[in-house]
Amino acid sequence: MTARHGTRPLPNVARENGERRAGIAPRGESHARILQAIVFTLFCITLADLSLLATAAHAEKLAVASKNFEENRLLAEMFARIIEDRTEHTVERNFDMAGTQLCFEALRTGAVDVYPEYTGTGLVSILGLPSATDPAQVLSTVRREFSRQWDLIWMAPLGFENSYEIGLRKDLVEEHSIRSISDLAPFAGEFRAALGAEFIGRPDGLPGLESTYGLKFGDVRSLQQNLKYEAAGQGEVDVIDVYTTDGHILKYGLVVLDDDRSFFPPYQAAALVRGETLRRLPEVGLALNELTDLINEDRMRSWNLRLQEEDVTVEVVAVDALNELGLITSADAPRSTSTKDRSVWSYMWEERGPLFQRVLEHLGMVGLSLLAAVALAVPLGLFLERQRGAAEWVIRAVGVLQTIPSIALLAFMIPALGVGAKPAVAALFLYALLPIVRNTFTGVRDADPEAVEAAWALGMTPAQVLQQVRLPLAMPFILAGVRTAAVINVGTATLAAFIGAGGLGEPIVTGLQLANNKIILSGAIPAALLALLVDGLLGVIEHWTQPKGLALDR
Amino acid sequence: MTSSKPAPVVELDEVCKQFPDGTQALGGVTLHVSHGETVALVGESGSGKTTLLRSINRLVDPTSGQVRVQGNRVDAGDPIELRRHIGYVPQNGGLLPHWTVEDNVGLVPKLLGWKSDKRNARTRELLELVGLAPATYAARYPKTLSGGQRQRVALARALASDPELVLLDEPFGALDPLTRRGIHDEFLNWKSQLDKTLILVTHDMEEALRLSDRVAVLRTGKLEQVATTDELCSRPANEYVRGILGRHWVGA
Ligand SMILES: Nc1ncnc2c1ncn2[C@@H]1O[C@H](COP(=O)(O)OP(=O)(O)OP(=O)(O)O)[C@@H](O)[C@H]1O
Ligand SMILES: [Mg+2]
Repeated sequence: MTARHGTRPLPNVARENGERRAGIAPRGESHARILQAIVFTLFCITLADLSLLATAAHAEKLAVASKNFEENRLLAEMFARIIEDRTEHTVERNFDMAGTQLCFEALRTGAVDVYPEYTGTGLVSILGLPSATDPAQVLSTVRREFSRQWDLIWMAPLGFENSYEIGLRKDLVEEHSIRSISDLAPFAGEFRAALGAEFIGRPDGLPGLESTYGLKFGDVRSLQQNLKYEAAGQGEVDVIDVYTTDGHILKYGLVVLDDDRSFFPPYQAAALVRGETLRRLPEVGLALNELTDLINEDRMRSWNLRLQEEDVTVEVVAVDALNELGLITSADAPRSTSTKDRSVWSYMWEERGPLFQRVLEHLGMVGLSLLAAVALAVPLGLFLERQRGAAEWVIRAVGVLQTIPSIALLAFMIPALGVGAKPAVAALFLYALLPIVRNTFTGVRDADPEAVEAAWALGMTPAQVLQQVRLPLAMPFILAGVRTAAVINVGTATLAAFIGAGGLGEPIVTGLQLANNKIILSGAIPAALLALLVDGLLGVIEHWTQPKGLALDR
Repeated sequence: MTSSKPAPVVELDEVCKQFPDGTQALGGVTLHVSHGETVALVGESGSGKTTLLRSINRLVDPTSGQVRVQGNRVDAGDPIELRRHIGYVPQNGGLLPHWTVEDNVGLVPKLLGWKSDKRNARTRELLELVGLAPATYAARYPKTLSGGQRQRVALARALASDPELVLLDEPFGALDPLTRRGIHDEFLNWKSQLDKTLILVTHDMEEALRLSDRVAVLRTGKLEQVATTDELCSRPANEYVRGILGRHWVGA
């Protein structure tokens, strides 16, 4: 049964065009505005998360994800726009997710409905099958297996391949007359390679390359895509991994080597969609299907180059691309945002609107996670004070959470909570627990023992001792814990952009992709200021709540 | 020897206390204290003085034996209620650092639900009694007081609900000798005004002899002698009692 969807993924095309309704404004947006205004007034007590839940009644909200590089983001934006244009559904964009595994997990678990994927990646990285050379055969294999195993559907390919390739500096090519990867192998030990983190890890990346060609680079470091080119251009590295459609290859004087042993499988780009989504909303399949075979390598390369060179947003290029393909005739192309010849400050000033939104999202995640953490950790700390035996174990267990690297913890949240703000808030919540539990517990436990003893002796009830003596005396410690947690979370929340949660990490991730320091700083500076502000504010609150009689301790 | 006048305020009968870790802190203590009497508990560090005192207001529950206060078994009633009606001065005062002097003194009246007028009047009266002018001290925090002043506040707090019985655990232990001597005189003055039953822990024999009517000498959880101050000095029951008296005279 499911195999049918694998081979014929497309819903019946006989539907009338009249059914398509163009240009319905996303309904969630005005709600979100009002919500975010409230958020601001309440400062930390934010409800930004609710904007996620505020879905329109009839029209559904689809989630489109992308990996964290330009081409994938552009394709995802094109998917999103064509869905928005052709159907009445709204699209939530979960872009810039850190790598194939995150995107795939999010799709498999239903957190997102569609993202752009490449057949070769599906074959080798996801299915773990050996590489193959025939594009048609690779496509039919991934279609069959994805449909059978997970009810995920590969739409018809978009028309171009974006393979991994190996680029070598031109001067070295000439010096050693290297044409193919086999030619490169004997010299590899002398060369310094800069490769994408994902390439280094995946089976159709470095490990397979090494064993297929029997080569071993003298030095391998992991660099972000655009930084690799610059490093190669400046002669700091010799070999980098590149994409077929990358616009930068020529610019930086690199030569693409021939994959003479056909190690890299064909990577045809296509929309990977949940079968369940296609059956429920066939119009989504229709919309995506319009992109079939329209995009060739030259087009893709020129769009990528625009993204890399012109400082335009993905939205701009997506709209232009869809115009170029004759799919939409839109006059309202979003304005271009060039950062050339402008200082960071003027860029930030011009971007103040979106940045302000990012700050609100950021505060939303931090505030919400912190509130939840306080709500759990303070009572837990008080409880542990009564159950001292359990305290050490519980605190140790909570401490283990702290040791999980942020990106990993964020990734773990996806199967349960999907992508976007929810898993980010959950992960931040877990990080915030330890400092608050620990400080509450020790603060209450170590509260002036003689005062506590006297309170008992004079006839306070256990509840009165806690409320009137232990808790007020522990207050400065508890708040110090909250403060630590808040500052940690303001920093960690920047990583939430990797799972599409927005916030100030968004400009940082985008800026890294574009190798644009101004954009990076437009996220990093507000994030740093926010950390200082939150720290200062909580410092003031800490000072206020300091029991008066203790103030002289300082 | 106790006379058989009115019913004793505190009766300890064969009280034993063994802590969960196995420490035998009290090994069968019998002691009766009558109304209006001041009894000093004397002994070396670790002899069980504090444990004995705390078994009276149920901060410690004896392993065996019986404790009665004003004729009622303490283990029969509500410990919270019991403690609110027994004054207590912990070692080092134990003032709540985040409360003002006034609030500290008014602690028990507040727990007992007194109206604030009555509470304030009582607080002021007590501060006057212990020699701290309310106008100057009522609003201050414990941190801003000297050691002697803190002990006065602790004493005022113990007296706030006008309890029949007040327990004092080394109330003047942390004061320098000069301050202590001054406060001793005042203590005797308060005592004569107040008509309370007092049990006073001290490891200072001079303090015991000055302030109390009777002295109970405790050694590793057992009473060596219970006697009036005169009797103790003239007829110490054994070498141990003679020893600690001797040390006192030599030290003096
Ligand atoms: N909670 C407890 N658990 C175990 N042992 C205890 C506990 N409290 C007191 N003890 C032990 O009981 C014995 C008597 O202690 P207590 O505090 O009554 O002595 P003390 O005469 O008041 O001494 P000090 O003059 O030093 O205050 C000591 O050996 C002490 O270590
Ligand atoms: Mg003691």
